[in-house]
Amino acid sequence: MTSLQHVKLGTYYVVALPEADDFDFWRERARGLVQCDVPPDRVAWVEPGGSGSLFSHGDRRIPVPAADAPPVRASKAFVNLAKSAICHSDPERFALLYRLLWRLQANPRLLEDGADPEVRKLDELARTVRRDIHKMRAFVRFRLVEGEADGEEHYVAWFEPEHHILRTNAGFFVRRFANMKWSILTPSGSLHWDGRVLEEGPPAQRSDAPQGDATEDLWRKYYASIFNPARLKIGAMLKEMPRKYWKNMPEAALIPELVAGAQSRESQMVAAGTLEFEERPDTLEAIDKAIHACRKCPIGQLDNHAMMGEGPQDYAKGFSGLMIVGEQPGDQEDLAGRPFVGPAGQLLDRHLERAGIDRRSAYITNAVKHFKFVNRGKRRLHQSPTAKEIDTCRWWVEGERAIVQPRLILAMGASAARGMLGKTVSITKARGAPIALEDGSELWVTAHPSYLLRLDGAAQEEQSRLFDADLAAVKERLAELAG
Amino acid sequence: MGAQTTIEKLEILADAAKYDASCASSGTAKRNSAGGKGIGSTEGMGICHAYAPDGRCISLLKILLTNHCVFDCHYCVNRKSSNVRRARFTPQEVVDLTLSFYRRNYIEGLFLSSGIVKSSNHTMEQLVEVARILREEHDFRGYIHLKTIPEADPELVHQAGLYADRVSINVELPTDAGLTRLAPDKSARQIEGAMAGVKADIVEAKDNRKRFKHAPRFAPAGQSTQMIVGADAATDADIVGKASRLYDNFRLRRVYYSAFSPIPDASAVLPLKRPPLIREHRLYQSDWLMRFYGYQPGEVMQATEADGNLPLDIDPKLAWALKFRERFPVDINRASKEELLRVPGLGVRAVGRILASRRHRTMRLEDVAKLTVSIAKVRPFIVTADWRPVLLTDRADLRALLAPKQEQLELFAA
Ligand code: SF4
Repeated sequence: MTSLQHVKLGTYYVVALPEADDFDFWRERARGLVQCDVPPDRVAWVEPGGSGSLFSHGDRRIPVPAADAPPVRASKAFVNLAKSAICHSDPERFALLYRLLWRLQANPRLLEDGADPEVRKLDELARTVRRDIHKMRAFVRFRLVEGEADGEEHYVAWFEPEHHILRTNAGFFVRRFANMKWSILTPSGSLHWDGRVLEEGPPAQRSDAPQGDATEDLWRKYYASIFNPARLKIGAMLKEMPRKYWKNMPEAALIPELVAGAQSRESQMVAAGTLEFEERPDTLEAIDKAIHACRKCPIGQLDNHAMMGEGPQDYAKGFSGLMIVGEQPGDQEDLAGRPFVGPAGQLLDRHLERAGIDRRSAYITNAVKHFKFVNRGKRRLHQSPTAKEIDTCRWWVEGERAIVQPRLILAMGASAARGMLGKTVSITKARGAPIALEDGSELWVTAHPSYLLRLDGAAQEEQSRLFDADLAAVKERLAELAG
Repeated sequence: MGAQTTIEKLEILADAAKYDASCASSGTAKRNSAGGKGIGSTEGMGICHAYAPDGRCISLLKILLTNHCVFDCHYCVNRKSSNVRRARFTPQEVVDLTLSFYRRNYIEGLFLSSGIVKSSNHTMEQLVEVARILREEHDFRGYIHLKTIPEADPELVHQAGLYADRVSINVELPTDAGLTRLAPDKSARQIEGAMAGVKADIVEAKDNRKRFKHAPRFAPAGQSTQMIVGADAATDADIVGKASRLYDNFRLRRVYYSAFSPIPDASAVLPLKRPPLIREHRLYQSDWLMRFYGYQPGEVMQATEADGNLPLDIDPKLAWALKFRERFPVDINRASKEELLRVPGLGVRAVGRILASRRHRTMRLEDVAKLTVSIAKVRPFIVTADWRPVLLTDRADLRALLAPKQEQLELFAA
């Protein structure tokens, strides 16, 4: 590789670049050096303002390649990456590019080898520069100034790019803001566009740029409002908008306050959501519709139907004033869409008949409106609702009660009792005597018929007797209340 | 109460738009303002001009023309029965805001949607009018995304597509049942009919441009839609299935997912808690698998668990690989591109680099490590010149080994 026919042994060359991002100049020199067979370790590249101390004794005259020197080869991919990478602020970039160009002569497909450390480094430099270019396009913020002389609108931005990208990026702003007068000021140079011509200017200071713009208030308001506090993801924000850019973005000043306030804003959103909870539908039809859509508790998400109570509510049309409350629909009720049609319902019917209570004169409903179950093979196995679920669903059964306005409520089982009272009572202790409710009605508590179904023998006989006694007491009390 | 100022309206109408997931401004026709009278350019890749603390990009001025609405969709903060503050912009006000933000380089353009006032057609006319003023009176060449109003006259939707870069029609909910329940005023058939109309217009405009150079463009950035996740009981499998049907049937450019968030004055039928944001993320990952990794929708569904949902602790690609262990390990030096794309931890970029590099060298584990983010994640699934995962793919605890340690995913969790 190093046939040193053109190069004096032991000579170092120093190439001073006129501009930090001057790709054409670099290419010109690099090409000549390769043609003269100057190996990478014999070249020092110095950018403006940089020192070539290591090679201070080097030769600044570049050898001239012979007229018949073979052409220098570089793949298109290399040229593209090099154009970006040269804008990086890493002082080593020129030397790296030259080393790669040198190696490309022996291995034209070198760039395909992504595992090669120098190829990776090139990739990384180019990527960083592309990102900086992109961020400049994103985060430049123009401020409006009225031109003193012409009264024309002039937009001025202050920006601090990390790499030498100002010139490369100019085209974007020209294409986008072609009919606008604008300037972009940076610590390493400035750009000025008057609607026709682009001019480069000297480095600037932040104080050269305007400090504010009335529209920024609108922009900040927009920024604060479009943010959803229920979704705080600070890491994701920081990844794309690192803090180093914040100081020149008017909206960024709001971030700490938005983050700090997010939790309370979210809970306000939730609390505001709870409010409507208080506004209950005031007809049975509306409740019926609403429970079909209800999923306030997880039961509503099972594959089931909601079930309303049924029965009369008009005292003139045969309503006895009795409301019977069960636990929840069962498998068969869920399928039939009617309360108490399964085995427990049939048992209840027999007891009601025995007590002389006409089922059709009572409003029959459940404490929980959806069927709670687990799948066991083909069967759906009943599961008891939790206290929390009962309390959640209480919303609806209270709504029914407010509309139906029974004189007496018979709650069957602990779940039903909880649905009426909001707290758990013991059936054994509570049965047989009325509990006064706030609206003036009376609550009577008894066992759930499905409990009777699970018993047998003496225990079942005993519970049946108690159940009948409760029903008889209810019948009697109902007559008294009806006056 | 006096008239609302612009800033007050902006606050209300931007706030009302914050639940919309999409903000993309990429992939439209290339334009710039050189030679024109107005302002603006689009260069393929959209630019995110800022990021909000919710991690989402702000590239467009995303607002509602008005948040008054005659509809009563339960998941929507603007529904008729909701108690939120209302405001209403005139088309000219939206135009002025867009231009003054654009001139200051705050935005790429406008994303305009609206509550439904008076009628669908009336509202749609107003949206189109905003776009018309921008394009015709101000020669605005930036990006415009219009959300079409359900049930608007197809002719109005057509006009929208002539001015806009993108039009979108939200399907809102993954299942028809969910839509019926939560958006009683909307109809799935209507929505899909509108999508079909837009698709036909796009296809026709593309065709015409092949024949006549100056044929008008129609929504060059295509159409997109959004689905709300977590407001109903639809599973991830339902959602993925729905999305893939939409991609197929209507050639959608994007399907966006928006995790349901608690909205002020929420309807009583909605959960008061948001679903984990990670779920939305998993759905986007599965979308990527289908769009860039060659997974069939059915395969993504295979990655779901018994409840039909994607696991939350690991990504869907890893979940799929753990279910189909017999397909691994994959030989880095020999496998096809398709096989490499299935390896958990190897992205499209890494696969490209592996394919290029292996022409030059026999890949060893350390070579792969240089090209990937985390070799630990990849290792159990690959073979290299110097590595073979003998037991690892059979290990029962592989999932636990590879799942990220419990991350703090939601700032306020627990
Ligand atoms: S059981 Fe009651 S609270 Fe739970 S979802 Fe059904 S109706 Fe709503």
